[in-house]
Parts: sequence; C-alpha cells; structure tokens
Amino acid sequence: MVDEAAIGATPRDDHGYAVVVRGLTKSYGRVKAVEGVDFHIARGEVFALLGPNGAGKTTTVEILEGFRQRDGGEVSVLGYDPGNPQSKLRDLLGIVLQSTAVDPYLTVEEMIGMFAHFFPHPRAVGEVIELVGLSAERTTRVVKLSGGQQRRLDVAIALAGDPELLFLDEPTTGFDPSARRGAWEVVRNLAALGKTVLLTTHYMDEAQYLANRVAVIASGRIVAEGTPATLGGRDHARPRVRFRLPAGILPPAELVAETDAEGFSAFATEDLTRRLHTLTNWALDNAVVIEGLEIIRPSLEDIYLQLTGGVTAQDPDLPVDPVAEGSR
Amino acid sequence: MNSLRLTLWQVRYTNKAYWRNPAAAFFTFLFPLMFLVIFTALLGHGHIALSGHRISLSTYYVAAMASFAVISASYVNLGIGVTFQRDSGILKRIGGRPLSGWAYLTARVIHAMLMAVLLVIITAVFGRAFYGAAVPAGKDLVFFVVMLVVGSASFCALGLAVTAPIPNAEAATAIVNATMLPLLFLSGVFIPIGDHAPAWIQWIGRVFPVKHFADGLQAGFVGSAFHWNDVLIVAAWGVAGLLIAARYFRWEPSR
Repeated sequence: MVDEAAIGATPRDDHGYAVVVRGLTKSYGRVKAVEGVDFHIARGEVFALLGPNGAGKTTTVEILEGFRQRDGGEVSVLGYDPGNPQSKLRDLLGIVLQSTAVDPYLTVEEMIGMFAHFFPHPRAVGEVIELVGLSAERTTRVVKLSGGQQRRLDVAIALAGDPELLFLDEPTTGFDPSARRGAWEVVRNLAALGKTVLLTTHYMDEAQYLANRVAVIASGRIVAEGTPATLGGRDHARPRVRFRLPAGILPPAELVAETDAEGFSAFATEDLTRRLHTLTNWALDNAVVIEGLEIIRPSLEDIYLQLTGGVTAQDPDLPVDPVAEGSR
Repeated sequence: MNSLRLTLWQVRYTNKAYWRNPAAAFFTFLFPLMFLVIFTALLGHGHIALSGHRISLSTYYVAAMASFAVISASYVNLGIGVTFQRDSGILKRIGGRPLSGWAYLTARVIHAMLMAVLLVIITAVFGRAFYGAAVPAGKDLVFFVVMLVVGSASFCALGLAVTAPIPNAEAATAIVNATMLPLLFLSGVFIPIGDHAPAWIQWIGRVFPVKHFADGLQAGFVGSAFHWNDVLIVAAWGVAGLLIAARYFRWEPSR
C-alpha cells in the first residue's frame, strides 16, 4: 500500500541525531511564524523547546510531526522527511497534542488498545498503563478521569505504538502541583527507556527538572540553546550573597554590601568562596548572628525572561527569585 | 494488520463507545418510534391514496419513520458526531496516520449503516406489532434492501460532507438539523404530500434525495412500484457527498 520507492521512504543516516532542523521557515499569510530555526536533538535526549505563546513553538513541533508543511529549510526526523506523508515515520512517533483528545466513553484500557492497533509493533497495553501510573484506572471510563489522569492517558496513547521519538506539547499545562510531579515521573520513565523526547513548555521548573538540553524560541527564532544550567550564560553570571544582620549592626565595609528597606544586605561577587569566608569569619569574631543567609544565582526563569524580553526582565547579576539549585 | 481487518476491528470500538453514550443512543433509537406513535395518534387514522394505491396511514408512517430512522442514524449521527470528534482533536490524532484515519472513519460509516438496518427492523417490527402495518416481503424485500443499503451509505457520505462547512461542534447540531429537518417535512416524511401540493414542494422532492429514498423504502412496505430512478438519484447524491468529503474533509479543529 505504501510506495516504498517514494522519496523519503528510506531513512537517511543522521549520525546519532533523532532530529535535525536547519533554517526552518514557515509563514501564515503575512505572519512569519518561524524565521530560520536551527537545532539538533540527539537520540535518547530529552530536549525542551521554551518560548512564550506565539513564539513559534507549536508551529515548529507540528512541522516535525508532519501536521504542517514547511515553507523552507531542512528537516529530518529519525532520518525521514516529515513533509512526505508517505514515509513510515508516523509509525515511529508518539504525539501528545496540546489538547486532550480521547473518546470519553471508552475505558483507559480500550482507548490505549484502540490506538495500539493502528501501529505495526505496539507495546503491550498493560505495560503502557503501568508506565503512566494508571493501573488503578484501567477499566475506568475516560470521562471519569481527572484532568491529570486524562493527560497521562494522552501520554499512554502516544506510547501505545512503542515510538522512538515522543512529542509532548505542553504536557502539564493546567495541572495541580502533585499531578505535575506525577507527569514528570512519567517523562523520566520514558527517558530511562532510552526514548527521545521533544518537550515544549513555558514552565521553567519543568524544563529544568526534565530536560538535558533546552532551546529558547522567541519571535520565530532560537535565541539561546544549552543545558538548563548553562543557558544564556547562566553559569557565568555572578552569584549574589544575601543575608540579614541584627538591627544596628552594619556589615564589614570591605564587602560593599547594600542594605534594603527590609534590612536585608546583599552583594554580588566573582570570588564566592573568599567573600563568604570573609563574611562568616567576621560574624564569628564579632559574635554576630547572620539570619537567612543564601547564595542566589539567576534562575532559568530570569534568563528566559531576559531572552524573550519578558515584562519583569531582571539584571542577571541581581536576581530576586532564588530557585532551588538542587532540583536537578 | 491490513486495512480491512483494521477497519472491522475499529467497528468494535465504535460500537462500544456508541452504546455508552446514552444521549446519542436515546435520540437515534427512541425518536423514530416516538414520532411513529405521535404521528399515527394525530394523523394516522384512515387511508391515503398514493399513486393509485390505497394504503393505511399507519403503514405510511411506519415506512416514513423507517426513512427518518435511517437518515438520523447516518446523516445526522455522522454530521454531528464526527464534527465533535474533529473539534476534540481525536481526528487530528488518529488522522495523522492516513491508514488509521480512514479506517476510523470507515468504521464509523459501517457502524452507522448497521445501526440504520437495526433501526429499520425495530421500526418495522414495532409497526407490525402495534399498528398491523405491512412489512416488506418477497420480491419487494430485495428492492427494499437495495434502497436501504444505498440510502444509508449515501446519507453517511453526505454526513461526512456536511462536516466540512461546519465551523465547530457548537454549530454542528444546528447546521445538521437545519439542512435536514425542512427536507424531511418537504419530502413527505412527517406529513404526507399529495398530488396537489405546491409545485415548488414537488420540485424539492424531485431534486433532493430524501423523497426518493422515502419513496423507495415505502414501495417495499406497501408493495407499490419500485423505481430504479429513486435508487440512482440517492446514489448520485451519495457519490457527490463522497467527492466533497474526499476533497474538503478536515481532520483538525478550525480554531
């Protein structure tokens, strides 16, 4: 039925890359949605595409999925051209769309089974259900699932065909915190299975927790790419030390700390070890109690807002939001 | 798995989902019988002369409601149901793979045709039991089955075609009913249309497929002459619907 000789029916060798995108462009009428996007995703990698609404995330992903035709540029997904509808690529992809799309009257088990039948080498339904943590709901009708459970079912459906590459388009939008944690564990499980995952999100903590690498897209272009720890020079930004001293006591002058209205003092430094030592030594020598001592680096969110021209853009040297460094 | 087996397998899921949607099952199965009871109670006394045949009005309504049931199960059910599935994103997800998309839709069509046949049987048995209406038999039954299969398939094709101009699920019920209800009235399905009806109504009956389909089924019930013309005109509409669907059918929500 499928013409094997059709162009793009045989995968090309992409040297270990699951996705290669070069100079991708796409316009809707006069609106340029994507203006020359480039990125690579290695096999087995969890790659996050970050960006504000309307930045071109979904357009880019839908071109990779084969739902949209590109105007220009080179795209290779698992060695296939997704613009060629005859390719066997679809059998190798798992796609979770932005909106939940399930038949409300079938059970979890039936729904996954239905999709599994469309694929040549499906994964066992029971296995998929376990992987997304819906074992207790296997005979529950979809209409009775909570929002978080429905989203997990979406992921399960995407997994039914045992895909090599998964597209997760804003998988946790609208979730409560515990449902998000649950969904994150599912994605971690997928990564552990060696699947390649392309994730789009506008939650920075999500990208930080899940992704090996992130790219930020704004106005149709990639504006930064790197690991969550190094994106946008985050690792080179100067850390800031912030603390509070008892009323009437001033910090040592050599630290050049500024004190705000709430009594917190702070200074930025290139030489964190030495300066911190100066501070604590001084405190011990003078029997001063330091309260709320913390070291702050620009969070991924600060970097993101800066890159995408967000409304609350911060000086990268003076971040205000202490995102827990240990979360990754 | 080849496409035929895939499609037949999918019919099972369509069937499960169908019976678990109480609203759809209620409307499709109860409406024709309810209308049959109402119309025969209001208008079903006495007889009517149809092209030389004198038939009881209750038999007339049993045949008419059989046509109505088929159109509900095919055109109305697919036109509304498929638009809802398109809007919810199910079609986008399944239709992303060409084979599975068409298998999914074909399964819906096959299932709708099976439901149409089941509804006709129920209506005929109900009519026979409570109104002593005639049922198709002998040579008439063969023609009747031909009209039933061609008609239900054609109205399914038109149901798929009508989803193309429907912008969203909220508009589906209104548009599907607005395109079908007037035709049902003007084609004598709810109220018999005699030879003295206004010319424009007779013209509508000749052009659109509903009257031809209803006449074809009626011929089976009352034993009047069966016209192959009716089958051909209904089939022509079905082919037109199929062509429109093949060209304009959308797998994705319009927003």
